[in-house]
Amino acid sequence: MALHKGRGFACINYPIGMNLGGDPSQALVHSTPDGKFMVTLSAIDLGQGMKSVTRQIAAETLGVPIEDVYVDTADSDTGPHDMGSFASRGTHRVGNAVIRAATEARQQMLEAAAEELEVNAGDLDTDGKGNIHVKGAPGRSITVSETAIAAQFNQGRTLAGRGIFLIPKSDVNDETGEMSTVTCFAHAALVVDLTVDDETGEVKVDEINSAYEVGRALNARLVEQQLIGGAWMGVSHALYETTEPYYPERDHGPVDFLGYQMPGPGEIVPHNIAILERPAADAPFGGKGPGEMCANPVLPAVANAIYNAVGVRCDRLPITPEKILRGIQANGGARPQARR
Amino acid sequence: MARKPISFTLNGNEVSIFVGESANLMEELRRNVGDLTPKHGCGQGTCGACTVMVDGEPQLSCITLAQSVEGRSIETVTGLSQGPVLHALQQAFIDGFAAQCGFCTPGMLMAAKALLDRNPRPSRDEVIEAISGNICRCTGYEPIVDAILIASGQSREVRR
Amino acid sequence: MSSVEFRKDIFADERDDDFNEIGKPRIRQDILGHVTGRSRYYDDHLFDGLLHMRCVRSPHHHARIRSVDASAAERMPGVRRIVRPSDVPNNLNTLLSLIGFGRDDEPLIASGKVAYRGEPVLVIIAETEAQARAACNAVRVDWEVLPHVLDVEEAIKPGAPTVNETYPNNTFDYGRFDHQKLRFGDVRKAFREAAHVVEAEYQMSPIEQAPVETCGAIAAPETNDRYLCHTGTQALFFSLGTTAKLLDMPSSKLHFIGGTVGGGFGGKVDSLTEPMAVLGAMLTGRPVKFQWDREEEMQVGAPRGGERWRIRDAVTADGHIIGREFTGFFDSGAYTRLSSYAIQKGTGHLPGPYWIPNVASNIYCVFTNRTPATAMRGFGITGVDFAIECHMDRVAETVGIDPIELRILNSYRDGDMKPHRRLAKNCALVECCQVVAEKAKWPISQEARSASSLAGSSPERASIPDTAVDEEGKIGDRRNREIDPAPAPGTKTVPAGTRQPGEMKDAGPQRPDMMPDAAALGLKRDQASAQRQMPAAAPSARGAPQPVAPAQVRPAAPAAAPPAAAAQPQPSAPAAPPAREPGPAPSTGQPAEVPYQPDKPFQRGVRRPGVSPFLSGSRRR
Repeated sequence: MALHKGRGFACINYPIGMNLGGDPSQALVHSTPDGKFMVTLSAIDLGQGMKSVTRQIAAETLGVPIEDVYVDTADSDTGPHDMGSFASRGTHRVGNAVIRAATEARQQMLEAAAEELEVNAGDLDTDGKGNIHVKGAPGRSITVSETAIAAQFNQGRTLAGRGIFLIPKSDVNDETGEMSTVTCFAHAALVVDLTVDDETGEVKVDEINSAYEVGRALNARLVEQQLIGGAWMGVSHALYETTEPYYPERDHGPVDFLGYQMPGPGEIVPHNIAILERPAADAPFGGKGPGEMCANPVLPAVANAIYNAVGVRCDRLPITPEKILRGIQANGGARPQARR
Repeated sequence: MARKPISFTLNGNEVSIFVGESANLMEELRRNVGDLTPKHGCGQGTCGACTVMVDGEPQLSCITLAQSVEGRSIETVTGLSQGPVLHALQQAFIDGFAAQCGFCTPGMLMAAKALLDRNPRPSRDEVIEAISGNICRCTGYEPIVDAILIASGQSREVRR
Repeated sequence: MSSVEFRKDIFADERDDDFNEIGKPRIRQDILGHVTGRSRYYDDHLFDGLLHMRCVRSPHHHARIRSVDASAAERMPGVRRIVRPSDVPNNLNTLLSLIGFGRDDEPLIASGKVAYRGEPVLVIIAETEAQARAACNAVRVDWEVLPHVLDVEEAIKPGAPTVNETYPNNTFDYGRFDHQKLRFGDVRKAFREAAHVVEAEYQMSPIEQAPVETCGAIAAPETNDRYLCHTGTQALFFSLGTTAKLLDMPSSKLHFIGGTVGGGFGGKVDSLTEPMAVLGAMLTGRPVKFQWDREEEMQVGAPRGGERWRIRDAVTADGHIIGREFTGFFDSGAYTRLSSYAIQKGTGHLPGPYWIPNVASNIYCVFTNRTPATAMRGFGITGVDFAIECHMDRVAETVGIDPIELRILNSYRDGDMKPHRRLAKNCALVECCQVVAEKAKWPISQEARSASSLAGSSPERASIPDTAVDEEGKIGDRRNREIDPAPAPGTKTVPAGTRQPGEMKDAGPQRPDMMPDAAALGLKRDQASAQRQMPAAAPSARGAPQPVAPAQVRPAAPAAAPPAAAAQPQPSAPAAPPAREPGPAPSTGQPAEVPYQPDKPFQRGVRRPGVSPFLSGSRRR
């Protein structure tokens, strides 16, 4: 009886947003009288960081510091329509809507500043620190705060913007499957190293190396959160989880976290990630949503690594010790494949 | 159903409430006292989101009879910061991006606080053991373990 | 100890990274709320006199409801209202009716029959959750148990019990067929030409989203004759719209608040708790909470559905995959929810991130007597990616080629035609493979290391071939005879180059100046791809990847190609709008009425360039 090391590979791509469109999102941006900005959405933050990434997108587009922007979301009386946070659509769809809304608000902010500075709005730029200045003449400037006060109390204008992003719904041909799908794809490739105990059938995932192409990491740490947490979920899907262990039978389904198996803090897998960025033309600052796709390559990579370790193809998830042991038994023992 | 008066301290403050015989501590803290930080994740004692400290020990408030805390001292996340000054654990969770949806965070923090209170410089394995009753579905646990080690004044490289 | 590195060197010429905020590791806006416990999830709103809802649920997979006796329950302490199917104004819905996809097939509360174990048949509202539970236990239902079917392939056999009367054949309808087809080229021909045929079946079991916060909602009458609903939904207006439809009320009567959610992973799109809670508030005039317990979340809440995939590959001796055939079954459970859409998403995804000249797939959305499936992280893709990537490993072993090199060899490149008849762009699979191989110290060949997603396409790879199509599997046919679910041999040919006009593109900004230009968004792709635009290469023998070939982002129609292929990649139909190029974005400036002279002082009344057209360009104070 022995421990067998195995190494497996998988790579994937992933469509961003509802594949066939038809899923609009809106955003509203307005300034407070002292030049701070509220972004009003109906997007949902379920942990992926919707409030944070849209805040960064709005701040960048407006040209103001992030501290001066807040995101208020998901009150249907004040927030404009949004389809929701699913299908990796949040960053892409809502992010684009926020860019448009913030662009309109920025235009108005520059108009108001131009009025105060008596220059042309097209000659103005922001420094990202709360000032608006004449291009090439940083000395001729006005603060965003002064601009907003002037707009509100002297000029009688709002600094506000509206944005919508919609890809109209397209249909699928029933004979050929022809369809116009989204064109924004994230990519990933991943190597899993693991150890299989041929006596118990247990698998210990030793290390994951990965390369994720995310268009642009709009917030490096939020992306890291998704990739590490998502790969954890991938391992969990591959080796542990199911609500119906005897699928298609319905018996013996778990009803709590004691029966529903997932790896805990004791099974943390070191995960070395490389992030690649090939911006997509239709995505906000090129950024694709990494939240869903990050788990996908882990499942097959684990299965392939188990085959590499003991020569058992486990084609039914989850790959429980029982399935591995039965496979080893059927093969008359572990059959380690070529080391990689 | 007979309701009985009980008194306990919650984050240092005296609290007196009437509770039913079968009432659990989580529901009483949330609905009766108004401290919403213990979260309802399962009601079965299997997820840890409702973890509070009772006399310094982490306890699952959803399966703790409210009447059993008579005269005892309860701590929740509400009492973790000193006014606006955050506890080292809270700051480490912020800096380490150790929360995503945030639903398990109050329970995690209480489990971690109970550990650090009795063992200020835990090993990585001790941290893992301390939070092993708390489910997190988002982070993969690593940022949480790292944050707790950093809050204890150690580096995330602390090995087993 | 995990680590993260950025490979800024790759695709550097397509990006400008000079930003103030974008890319920066800013702390989360919501993090202070999370670590202080002050983040308010739906259940963190206190209401006086809150009532609680619980469901009486079916213990059977499939049964007729002869009668429901709630008389004992009604008299139990704390019970305030029994909610019956007849209390639901419009008790039939399908989620995607909000985008006009599919037919209404699911009741909020079942009447007549149940189609899965756990389906609600009666709802009880009581003062406490314990009282509601106790009352549920006192309800007596007279069941007539019906034969059930749990396996997807059993469910499409003649004589299988009908699960869902809206779809009596146990399959969702895709046009004329009971499955979604994808046809590109002729896989049968590929199998005849192949050196190897690799075939296997893969199964993904149902998986629970398992957010730590269970699904739920609290609804209460508001002061203005409306209803407030605090919800943990993933899709605020989806839930609002679904509630308005089921309760047959104007959506303006609903005020939904959410947005801070304790994890979702796809399981909180279904909008089951919101209509129920609002209905409760309507019927009682009091605040009502409907919160799933963990058991409901695990067994009644919709999981990621089971998926079964069979893949058959035609492979040449040197590892080129020349044909790939899929037969896929999505286990939708008793109702449609979102599985129907996931199948079209999955179809558009095939054959994975590879260029394969002949592809066919049949995917079935099958109704079985189990908990309806719904979205989960990677919906429509995770299962088939598991199958594809396990299969690639099998192919590599069969051919005797390194698994990473096999992927790079077959990888899709910019400008390749995908089987759903649209061109690939913005590809990066090859680079991911190369980087991870380097990172994991997995040796790959020089040829694989020098490949690029930007190079390797060709006019042949960019064209649509003659395609064999068939009429097998019309809706209802399977009721009468057993039909092989795999793609059937073609009975006619759709000529090469056939393509409907149109590209997927967004509706554009409402006004041209509501979109910054590409440069402001850090996109340099146009310059980068323009530099790479080289003269068209001669069509390669079989479109094998050519690691050193110049990029063909939008290859011109090759003179040497057959006439039909010459219509590609640009649609030949004159009505076809040109493919949307990424940028240049519309100019933000408006032509000035009076030329702007920067050296002259600005005068009021002169229309300034760059002035937004929806502001007056000649404002006067």
